[in-house]
Amino acid sequence: MANKKYDVIIIGAGVVGCMVARFLSRYKLDILLIDKEADVGMGASSANTAIVHAGYDPVPGSLKAIMNVAGNRMWDTLAGELNFPFERRGDYVVAIGDEELPLLNNLWERGVKNGVPGMMMLSGDEVRRREPNINPKVSGALWASTGGICDPFAVVIAAAENAVQNGVTLMLETAFEDFVMEGNRIVGVKTNRGTFGCRWAINSAGLYSDVVMHKAGQYPEFKITPRKGEYYVFDRAEITINNVLFPVPTPVTKGILVTTTIHGNTIIGPNAQDIQDKEDRSVTREGLAEVWRDATKLVPKLDLRHVIAVFAGLRPGGNAPCKTPGVNYGHDYIIEIPEGVQGFVNLGGIESPGLTSAPAIAQRVIEMLKDAGEKLEEKRDWDPIRPARPRFRDLSPEEQKILIRNDPRYGRIVCRCETVTEGEIVAEIHAPIPARTYDAIKRRTWLGTGRCQGGFDTPRVVEILARELGISPLEVTKKGPGSQFLVRPTKDVEG
Amino acid sequence: MLKQKYDVIVIGSGPAGLAAAIEAKKTGAEDVLIIERAKELGGILQQCIHNGFGVEILKQDLPGPAYAQRFIDEAEQLGVEVLLDAMVLDISPARHIYAISKWSGFAELDARAIVLSMGCRERTRAQIRIPGTRPAGVYTAGTAQRFVNIEGFMPGKRFVILGSGDIGMIMARRLTFEGAKVERVLEIMPFLTGLIRNYVQCLLDFNIPLQLRHTVSRIIGNSRVEAVEAVQVDDKWQPIPGTEEIIPCDTLLLSVGLIPENELSRKAGVALDPVTGGPYVDEGMQTSVPGIFAAGNVVHVYDLVDWVTEAGFRAGRSAAKFALAERKRAARQVKLQPGDNIRYIVPHVMDKESLAEADQRLQMRVIQPIEDKVWVEVLDGDNLVTRKSQRYVRPGEMVTVDIPQKAYDAVQKADTLTVRVVRR
Ligand SMILES: Cc1cc2nc3c(=O)[nH]c(=O)nc-3n(C[C@H](O)[C@H](O)[C@H](O)COP(=O)(O)OP(=O)(O)OC[C@H]3O[C@@H](n4cnc5c(N)ncnc54)[C@H](O)[C@@H]3O)c2cc1C
Ligand SMILES: Cc1cc2nc3c(=O)[nH]c(=O)nc-3n(C[C@H](O)[C@H](O)[C@H](O)COP(=O)(O)OP(=O)(O)OC[C@H]3O[C@@H](n4cnc5c(N)ncnc54)[C@H](O)[C@@H]3O)c2cc1C
Repeated sequence: MANKKYDVIIIGAGVVGCMVARFLSRYKLDILLIDKEADVGMGASSANTAIVHAGYDPVPGSLKAIMNVAGNRMWDTLAGELNFPFERRGDYVVAIGDEELPLLNNLWERGVKNGVPGMMMLSGDEVRRREPNINPKVSGALWASTGGICDPFAVVIAAAENAVQNGVTLMLETAFEDFVMEGNRIVGVKTNRGTFGCRWAINSAGLYSDVVMHKAGQYPEFKITPRKGEYYVFDRAEITINNVLFPVPTPVTKGILVTTTIHGNTIIGPNAQDIQDKEDRSVTREGLAEVWRDATKLVPKLDLRHVIAVFAGLRPGGNAPCKTPGVNYGHDYIIEIPEGVQGFVNLGGIESPGLTSAPAIAQRVIEMLKDAGEKLEEKRDWDPIRPARPRFRDLSPEEQKILIRNDPRYGRIVCRCETVTEGEIVAEIHAPIPARTYDAIKRRTWLGTGRCQGGFDTPRVVEILARELGISPLEVTKKGPGSQFLVRPTKDVEG
Repeated sequence: MLKQKYDVIVIGSGPAGLAAAIEAKKTGAEDVLIIERAKELGGILQQCIHNGFGVEILKQDLPGPAYAQRFIDEAEQLGVEVLLDAMVLDISPARHIYAISKWSGFAELDARAIVLSMGCRERTRAQIRIPGTRPAGVYTAGTAQRFVNIEGFMPGKRFVILGSGDIGMIMARRLTFEGAKVERVLEIMPFLTGLIRNYVQCLLDFNIPLQLRHTVSRIIGNSRVEAVEAVQVDDKWQPIPGTEEIIPCDTLLLSVGLIPENELSRKAGVALDPVTGGPYVDEGMQTSVPGIFAAGNVVHVYDLVDWVTEAGFRAGRSAAKFALAERKRAARQVKLQPGDNIRYIVPHVMDKESLAEADQRLQMRVIQPIEDKVWVEVLDGDNLVTRKSQRYVRPGEMVTVDIPQKAYDAVQKADTLTVRVVRR
């Protein structure tokens, strides 16, 4: 029946699936990680606000609250081991005008209940001093010192790469279709690339986690409703808000923020719009207008002329009721090994703060497997360290000099706005998880994300990808099959 | 062999940089170096294989590469040094330059004077915030031009072009020659933003429809562009509901404007004009940092290469004089200020004494087209200093007016000169 038999198959290589793979790679298990896309982390994990939340927001007693606070604590070690950019800058929830001020107290109380350390209430004056660009009507802020920012692409890629280093098999463009059952036990996974046997299947399919659990006969009433969030990105050279500024939250969302990426660009967003189509990552006029309206309430000085990009992400929002007695909350995470089916680890509805929570969820998966009787023997040669590759722009002139001397390709700048060199691109193409598309290189090097948005680098990257992969430029894609850049050679007629 | 110190270092080797280097040599600077990040000299001209270059100053209608070659040859004969495939990463206000390259590694150089001639970049989809998906098949016109003319590949089969800028119109023709179908050119403004010459030769002659007051309101397609939604806009550039139209295509080209490339200028502490996006300059093309000069599209976006070359000459001459300590500090300057229907003027200030040596040329763009006879007037308050008549003015075509030497006395009295365009 099966091509090959694994101990564990992980369905979906977003931040959750990749963290689970990385944490499980510590044990003597044969693991397969699959994703339907051409790269890891193309779902919710690729388009979000990139904040490692402190944990004052989720409803106390919910799995969300527990995972958030537990996850937050794990990030320093993780960033050290996996070598991705992460900074604990703290974050602010900002009250504008007197009417918003009391709402901060609610958050404070939630934070205390959830066990969030390092919170502080700040006066309007103090906030104005710390962030001069803020709306002068600011009346106070809740400050949480454990809030952080990261590069979410880098996190996913680093986790996946470390998993692969430690023996996990990654198959991309491999879509889950169904389970192979023996009685009520899952014994395999059917994909578009064949059927693979397994003792455990882990559902980390994000937006499609409902579909996957339904195939396992779980929670037929559970439904993911994609909730779209749209953003603007600003030119680093034009405006920098170095802080993470939340508005006071609404009952549904944390609201539209003004924040900074770890690369120094100010970003604003996201709004929250429930939609039907799980593939609809389009940006809308109305959505952008809403983001603009709310963000300029926090920072009136924002200028549309300095926008360099807009994008949208989809939150995999679920409808699972919280199982803690006495907590009335209908959008909790599902993290469990269900009773009704054997060999299934079900992770569903992992919406925000899913990025923050991912390492805690992975840790919880280990504990659940142990509880289910898995022996989980540690490998002696497990290596938790994912070595970083050189980032030219972050090096000192001395280090740059040495790098170019050893490999002249680091002396050729391919992306002028973000200062990315040919050497870095080639290194990513030949990395443990090879970057085989333009977007894969973009996510790994940050190339093409600057002012010219790839206008300068695109022809050069197409050429490098073709050369390094030994394919024709006509076969090079932006993000996988069907997204080729070029259609045919020219005819050589004079124009 | 690279030297450590140069009289004049020119950054960028487009027509502006080449002219600056040539003129710096001719003015007496001994060691002149051009640093260029591409593998060859010539800048954007190397991908402009169409004719239309040199009509004004060479009195010849040449393709871009041929125009560039004239100046490349001259620079070589004069002994201008060149560092190719090398990118300048930083400049200090004290004119210390830091560049890297695949071949020479890492170079730190000092210059007595610098000419900035880094050209411009294209505005992108995000800067005009087109809603929709992010598939393959959305290119700026210049990127598409590079694919077709340099790399030899077609980026699509069925095109819609947004923006009636020159590069977009030139590409419409080029793509049609290549057998592609250009469905339409959409322009949000009520008028053409490029040259009429290009409209006639590139669109009309090939029956490519141009729709004014129209824009793209949505991009459709997940992997590759499948269609765009076009819509008519009102006087405030807002889409008019009910006018949406889906145009099937596989590629959207953007020709929605150029922005001077001034990241390096910023690092050097050069003050930038928010209107042009380029440095504030005086009549000799000196920026706000003494010893740093600028010319070409890095200062403001030109439509004709001839005037780029001319600005390059001017900057090169001033830079050489500065390096040789022959450039006088302007004792008394007059400010040039945009008046009615003028968006900006270059230069921003002028040394009053400069009129003792030569006429001084002002370059500017208008805000609104006037398809009627106009006066372009230079005024000191209510007093007319000089004026010139034109048959029309259009935002797509740069307007120039010379302040003649005979206005010397009038200018001495002025603090500010205002330029305006009025109907005759
Ligand atoms: C707008 C927005 C803002 C957010 N901001 C934050 C924030 O600031 N902080 C924070 O902590 N969290 C934030 N989140 C939440 C966070 O991004 C998500 O919770 C997290 O990324 C979920 O990870 P995941 O791995 O579960 O899902 P995903 O990243 O979506 O991964 C699921 C993967 O499964 C794959 N898949 C689906 N179906 C199949 C199939 N049939 N076969 C194979 N593979 C399949 C998909 O291709 C995808 O790669 C935000 C989310 C959004 C959308
Ligand atoms: C597509 C297009 C079509 C045109 N068609 C016509 C036409 O038909 N007729 C006409 O008269 N004019 C035309 N023009 C206008 C004219 O050609 C341009 O205005 C002119 O080329 C601008 O010259 P420049 O020297 O300012 O800039 P560019 O030619 O752009 O040169 C700038 C150079 O600087 C280099 N550079 C930038 N930054 C660095 C750095 N940090 N380190 C090293 N090097 C750097 C770049 O690589 C580039 O080579 C056209 C322009 C374009 C863009």
